[in-house]
Amino acid sequence: MTTAETAEKPTTHSVRAQRKAKARISEGKRQERKLGWLLCAPAAFVMLAVTAYPILYSVWLSFQRFDLKFPDQREFIGLGNYWTVLSNDYWWTAFGITMLITVVTVAVELVLGMALAWIMFRTLVGRGLVRTAALIPYGIVTVVAAFSWRFAWTPETGYLAGVFGEGAPLTERASSLAIIMLAEIWKTTPFMALLLMAGLALVPDDLLKAASMDGATGWQRFTKVMLPVMKPAILVALLFRTLDAFRVFDNIYVLTAGANNTSSVSMLAYNNLIRGLNLGIGSTMSVLIFIAVAIIAFIFVKLFGTAAPGSEEGGRR
Amino acid sequence: MADIVLDKVTKAFPDGTLAVQEFNLEIADGEFVILVGPSGCGKSTTLNMIAGLEDISSGELRIDGQRVNDKAPRDRDIAMVFQSYALYPNMTVRENMAFPLKLAKLSKEEIDRKVDEAAKVLELTALLDRKPANLSGGQRQRVAMGRAIVRSPKAFLMDEPLSNLDAKLRVQMRTVVSRLQKRLGTTTVYVTHDQTEAMTLGDRVVIMRAGAIQQVGEPQELYDNPRNLFVAGFIGSPSMNFLPATVSEGRLRTSLGDFPLGDRMRQQVSDSGGDLIVGIRPEHFEDASLIEDSIRQRGAEFEATADLVESMGSDKYVYFTVEGEKASAAELEELAADAGGGDLPSGGSNLVCRFSAESRVKEGDTARVWVNLDKIHLFDPSDGRNVTLHEGKSSGVVS
Ligand SMILES: Nc1ncnc2c1ncn2[C@@H]1O[C@H](COP(=O)(O)OP(=O)(O)OP(=O)(O)O)[C@@H](O)[C@H]1O
Ligand SMILES: [Mg+2]
Repeated sequence: MTTAETAEKPTTHSVRAQRKAKARISEGKRQERKLGWLLCAPAAFVMLAVTAYPILYSVWLSFQRFDLKFPDQREFIGLGNYWTVLSNDYWWTAFGITMLITVVTVAVELVLGMALAWIMFRTLVGRGLVRTAALIPYGIVTVVAAFSWRFAWTPETGYLAGVFGEGAPLTERASSLAIIMLAEIWKTTPFMALLLMAGLALVPDDLLKAASMDGATGWQRFTKVMLPVMKPAILVALLFRTLDAFRVFDNIYVLTAGANNTSSVSMLAYNNLIRGLNLGIGSTMSVLIFIAVAIIAFIFVKLFGTAAPGSEEGGRR
Repeated sequence: MADIVLDKVTKAFPDGTLAVQEFNLEIADGEFVILVGPSGCGKSTTLNMIAGLEDISSGELRIDGQRVNDKAPRDRDIAMVFQSYALYPNMTVRENMAFPLKLAKLSKEEIDRKVDEAAKVLELTALLDRKPANLSGGQRQRVAMGRAIVRSPKAFLMDEPLSNLDAKLRVQMRTVVSRLQKRLGTTTVYVTHDQTEAMTLGDRVVIMRAGAIQQVGEPQELYDNPRNLFVAGFIGSPSMNFLPATVSEGRLRTSLGDFPLGDRMRQQVSDSGGDLIVGIRPEHFEDASLIEDSIRQRGAEFEATADLVESMGSDKYVYFTVEGEKASAAELEELAADAGGGDLPSGGSNLVCRFSAESRVKEGDTARVWVNLDKIHLFDPSDGRNVTLHEGKSSGVVS
């Protein structure tokens, strides 16, 4: 109201003064922005060198027929490699496996992570011990953990091998996938829990008290008050984990090495690029993975409005 | 609507803090009770126990004659307003106010009707579709009130609901709260440490200190007949002046001069013996030249040099420094700590007097000051007790 009234009939003098002030401010702002760019220039340069160059080089390679076994046949073929890969059954099987692993592990991790976060958040006695214990799996190198899972499931010697009757679980497709997912979940749930715990800390105590007074049960407090307030943190956690899970490699490499159609897209790219020495096809797959990851990130950021916790509208003061 | 009875309610936190001790209070149906006291005295804890947000360690809490110690907050049918407002950030104003009704499974039409009605009372109708983030402090406060009133609970609990507002808005909202409570007639317990709110809002005021009740009464009664030093110093602004005093040969000897004691006073004081603290409110001083002869003999006069004169228009505050020792007691130290200001660096005690506007006293003048001996209080410094109380009423020095 008041701003509208004062802005209604400004004298020419004050307008000029205002404009002048505005110009001065934006001049200062521009200087500041320039300094900002200068200050992050070194970091930006390093980033460009270590990420942009390899990415662009992969893209360049993906447009060529380039197999190190037949180096003489190197030739620019445009989108030919893409056609080859996208019309190939192996690619789509790997893609399906990757999606399956991503969806299942992230969903399970979200639920378990939330429970774990809640426990870590609420424990009053031995808080440090509980948190440390919960984070141990995340502290172990993935490959090491994967090897220990492999030994655990090895017939005769492994301590888990006999759990589901006789047979070698890592030699069948379904059980192999289940074990891969189990290893993934075991390993990264603590990370999820850690991100979600940051979200839990965002929920003010008074809000939960108010909900109790308003007649909410424990479950209603969780679903109607805590989850919405935590939404930004949950989305960030989901985004991180989805991108991570989509690039699953270590566990598969160690546990099955892709046998019985358990390869993920990363596994397939590795096999073509490093084992098969087919730089063209391998690079094409890498670029496709890159595109898929970008699409996932885009969906999260644009469609779900994922942002850093606290920067969302509700979190603003 | 309901009456609330706290019967020897005690709260001991797991770490051993005794936040509330043997709290006894009967709140009548429809009554507006204020809990007031310095920071950390257990006001919020008491309120949370009534709400059910905090367990009761011992004692009994009865609402409508029914023991509710073990009932969950949602089964007590009580609404609460928080200092932080505690609005759900993801919901609009309408959804915030509808939340308790939705949980109570009311029909959509009924919810809309009640929310619209409450919004009208609180002038929130135009804001119903906004999110809390886009509201001003005062508007948020009103939404919090609205969420409390929509479901017509048995009682309202408010924990410093106005202390996040600026001074002007606070005065405005005070009248809103007061009117709302009168109109709805709902039993209300209101926590504050603003004594203006305490004096103006409530039917009765409970003054707390370190988890214990000091005195319960109507605001005026607390002001006129404080039961101890703490209450005397806590209520009133500027607060009561305290000076050390002794009694000998039937006279009260203070650094302001020797005053005669009445018969009854002499009896009350003789059995306390020893050192005393005399308490005099600022308005019980007057410029001696303005005193009519008819009332002059009810008091005594002394001379002092005015350090500072503040003219408020309607009256004048005159500050004196009185030579000699300061009154000292545990209660007074606690009050000074709560007021935040440490003692001013001066040799004697500071005396604040309220003179009528006609007074001609200026800074640096030596003024003749008259003090109304009928209205002064004597306290025992060892336990802070008001020794001049007689059947709950205060008696002045001359009677
Ligand atoms: N969870 C807790 N554990 C231990 N002690 C506590 C806990 N909560 C409060 N206390 C203590 O209990 C006492 C009373 O606290 P309470 O919050 O009721 O004070 P208050 O009167 O509301 O103060 P304020 O005016 O500052 O809000 C304080 O000494 C406080 O330190
Ligand atoms: Mg409090």
